[in-house]
Amino acid sequence: MRVLVGTRKGTFIVEKSQGAWRPRLAGHAGVGVNFVIKDPHSSTLWAALGHGHWGAKLSKSTDGGATWVDASQIKYPKGARYLAPPDPDPNASEEDMEKGPTLRDATLLKLWMIAFGAPGQVHVGTIPGGLFSSNDGGDSFELNLGLWNHESRGGDLFAGPGNGHTHWFGTPASDGEFAAGIHSIVVDPRRPERWLVAVSTAGVLETLDAGKTWHSRNRGMLNDYLPDPTAEWGHDPHFVTLCPAQPDHVWQQNHSGVFYSDDGAHTWQKVSQPERGVHFGFPVAVDEQDGKTAWLVPGKADMQRMTIDGKLFVARTRDGGQTWEDLRQGLPQDNAYDVVYRHALSNSGSCVAFGSTTGNLYLSENAGDDWFPVANNLPPIYSVRFG
Amino acid sequence: MPADSKLASVSSVLCARQQIGHSPGVATVEITKHLWEFLPSLRGKTLTVEAATVADVVREVERIAPGFTYYICDERGCLRTHVNIFVGQERILDRTRLSDPVDADSRVLIMQALSGG
Repeated sequence: MRVLVGTRKGTFIVEKSQGAWRPRLAGHAGVGVNFVIKDPHSSTLWAALGHGHWGAKLSKSTDGGATWVDASQIKYPKGARYLAPPDPDPNASEEDMEKGPTLRDATLLKLWMIAFGAPGQVHVGTIPGGLFSSNDGGDSFELNLGLWNHESRGGDLFAGPGNGHTHWFGTPASDGEFAAGIHSIVVDPRRPERWLVAVSTAGVLETLDAGKTWHSRNRGMLNDYLPDPTAEWGHDPHFVTLCPAQPDHVWQQNHSGVFYSDDGAHTWQKVSQPERGVHFGFPVAVDEQDGKTAWLVPGKADMQRMTIDGKLFVARTRDGGQTWEDLRQGLPQDNAYDVVYRHALSNSGSCVAFGSTTGNLYLSENAGDDWFPVANNLPPIYSVRFG
Repeated sequence: MPADSKLASVSSVLCARQQIGHSPGVATVEITKHLWEFLPSLRGKTLTVEAATVADVVREVERIAPGFTYYICDERGCLRTHVNIFVGQERILDRTRLSDPVDADSRVLIMQALSGG
């Protein structure tokens, strides 16, 4: 088993050798790597790069990470536009200010997440707010128009100004423009035509027909930063995932707490326990077999995105969030201020691993009961995936 | 300066640089070593291309190194924020359409703009 690690300065691969997990730089030296993952069907490794100068690029390896090549690149089609608030302009006239959202031509700002469905199906989530899908193993990608033209984004903006109103807000992860992004994509293993995506900031959407039509899945969500906490849109899922063996069990670490659904995301239940430090954070991982078992790496709060009192811990539930355990054995409990990003927690069997923005990579071989450091001086870690 | 005035100013400078009926010449193109890693066909080469504008230069380099354009420009054809192109000693003005003229015997430099982190 290996761990694929995307960092601000390259791709690392961690392998177990003679009883020890050893990391090595495996490609993209000096380049920001937002996400690295293995296609379970083809074994191709995929990396979402964010070059400082040269833009966002997809990279792939068909030899297990020994060599990497540019993949077919993702580009927004001509005419793809999105609604955005007008830039502040002190010289704007009253008339300009009353115009409302402006239409912007979409250009790729960030490749954020990669996921797989049926054999040959590759999905990529992007900023601004795009879901690109391939049905030929990644040889070509197309923007999902059902989602891009969704009424919650203003409708079909290829054809004209649409309805002039968008419920999709921006994310600070957008590296420039304050645009919305898709960071979570999950495909139901039982029903490959059922996909969930999560958008920062809008909420969760589901398709039951392989991306043709999309439906809001935000019932039961509660936000704590909008006038109406139960609004259909405007939620900020930080990460959404489901249990492969029980795909109706869906987990969401949200800006406003931890949410769980046992009915396929049709209704969400808030399972935060702030008094136990289980509330704010970015990633969530769910057990492959048991949909009620999940792990989080909590932070203190949105206004203090850091560990609680300098102590790093993982929270685990085995009962759908009714109760939570603090898992601290082997993790630093003094002057540790690690922040764990949304894609930087992963599990496979009884192994769980996470990496932090301070370059620490921790792994447990017993579902989180005990932890040990794999590396302490990596670049800031963006993603951790077994594969 | 109001946005319209700024555009007008850029436009007038561009017009001053451009010559009516500007005909292609043979330009020398030097490309940052940073791109050699991603586009090996550029490694160690100083290119000569026939071009009347910077856009022509980019198009010709793309023929030699497929994928080059998407490294320096976005999908709309605009020069990426952290990329610079110089013709001789002058940094190009038109980062949208790359219409700056290229004269015969011009030296065109394509490089990353400094940014840290």
